[in-house]
Amino acid sequence: MSSLVEKILSNHAGKEVRVGETALVEADLLMAHDTTCAWAIDPFYQIAKKVFDPKKIVVPFDHIFPSSSTATAELQQKITKFCQEQGIEILYDGVGHQVLAERYQTPNSLMVGADSHTPTGGGISALTLGVGSTDIAVLFATGRTWLKVPETINIRLNGSYPNGVYAKDVGLKLMGQLDPKETDYRVIEFNGPDLDVPSRMTLCNLCSEMGAKTALFPADHQSAKYLSENNRNVKFEQLRTDSVSDYFKTYEININDLEPMVACPPHVNNVKPVREIEGLELNQIFLGSCTNGRIEDLEIAARILKGKRIKPGLKFILTPASRRVYDQALDRGYMKIFSEAGAIICNPGCGPCLGRHQGVLADGEICLSTSNRNFPGRMGSPKAEIYLCSPATAAVSALNGKITDPRQLLGKAAPKEVQVQ
Amino acid sequence: MRVWKFEDNINTDFITPGRFNLTTNAKELAKIAFIEHRPEFSKEVKEGDIIVAGKNFGCGSSRETAVVALKACGVKAIFAESFARIFYRNAINQGLPLVVLETGNIDETDVVEVDFNNNIFRNLTKNFDLKFNFNNIMKKMVEDGGIINFLQKNGLEAITKL
Repeated sequence: MSSLVEKILSNHAGKEVRVGETALVEADLLMAHDTTCAWAIDPFYQIAKKVFDPKKIVVPFDHIFPSSSTATAELQQKITKFCQEQGIEILYDGVGHQVLAERYQTPNSLMVGADSHTPTGGGISALTLGVGSTDIAVLFATGRTWLKVPETINIRLNGSYPNGVYAKDVGLKLMGQLDPKETDYRVIEFNGPDLDVPSRMTLCNLCSEMGAKTALFPADHQSAKYLSENNRNVKFEQLRTDSVSDYFKTYEININDLEPMVACPPHVNNVKPVREIEGLELNQIFLGSCTNGRIEDLEIAARILKGKRIKPGLKFILTPASRRVYDQALDRGYMKIFSEAGAIICNPGCGPCLGRHQGVLADGEICLSTSNRNFPGRMGSPKAEIYLCSPATAAVSALNGKITDPRQLLGKAAPKEVQVQ
Repeated sequence: MRVWKFEDNINTDFITPGRFNLTTNAKELAKIAFIEHRPEFSKEVKEGDIIVAGKNFGCGSSRETAVVALKACGVKAIFAESFARIFYRNAINQGLPLVVLETGNIDETDVVEVDFNNNIFRNLTKNFDLKFNFNNIMKKMVEDGGIINFLQKNGLEAITKL
């Protein structure tokens, strides 16, 4: 009997591997981006001349793109030269985690990325591992890496979302509750209600903040639906963990009782219901990132902002996660809604999430963000404050200029479809 | 050898903040270690000092500069109740020793000794010893000065023997 993770790793080790063993595995896909790739180039050339297979490597420019300074331009120039020498594709199409799910990742595949939010790909049921620059340099050279086969924590979500509550709120709740000492070097396998792949990606994305190695959902009809929506014809097996005894532990989470949540400074585990900090005045709101910059997130915000104005003086920065999301938002008329509401619309990418461009915070500024980290200094000044929330909380708060429980506006009824002519 | 004590959940934005993290030069990175939150660190830290912290040390971003900066500052080892995994792997690859230890009873002013031959942490001020386990792969990488040196010395196929 084995876990889903053991099965995927065994398929990539060429033999059966079990929890606790050190396995050497072959990756199907590798990723490094415009910051981590810069640090991988020198170590790579110390051990190799050519990458193992340029077709299995992608380098999205997403973190500080287009460049914000000569220093970042020079790093990107160095990476561009490396990719040209090696025949590696550079993408200018948004956050790597999103673009990879749209175009490259497949269920049950093994992907390694030099970024801590690589686990986002668990939403499409790939086993996606985050590493640093030296690990990715060795992988560029060999296509292989070693790892200790991790245990799995099963998180079973039961029930359905109350109005105003979304996958992000479940993720925030778990960030506040799970002990990183327990999740350390364990994989979270999510099971439960019929969530779509974008919501799954949001949950898996936050596993880094939960302290886990990675997270994934078992592949099913939702994975097939997502692949087909992205015009990809991919056949896959519905691999499953054999038995409950293959898990280290199982948690049952009842989402019927959940309410909109927010992670308060200074750490991702300082999680409270939104109602407890309602009324906090905001300087900036960021809607976007690998956590919540998908078309489904933009749709939630567009429904709320349609025909309304963002509070004057508040900077509302909108960053679609990918070019595809940007195009979809244009086609569906959301961009017009956002622009008319007064949003500042940026190019697809990481946006202001990591404090390098497009909305760096000053001392004392308060930002509400749909991203994943609120550490002091993350988005600029260490004296700025960052609160993490869902797209609905962000959009409703944008109307008031203050942190607002989205149920104030959404009430008990579900918001209606946006009708755009 | 001085103890630098830190709390739980020290994240990589705290160690090498994003807006300063724009160089691949280790000596330059050493100057930005804890620059916003403990600016005296990079000025006062001496070769051979150690960091002692609570749980989840190195959480957050995958940036390897956090490890490179601390190593370049002369930090000899980090002792914590737990480490975030990417940071742990980055430290293996850079050959910086990380040790899991119950650190609650160790203070910054304590005089301590670390015996890596017998895996013992000695608190001379409070007069107690703590025995620790030192991961085999990490031990090998510390001896070789990181995975790149290890693979240069032994060839790429040596990755199959870790």
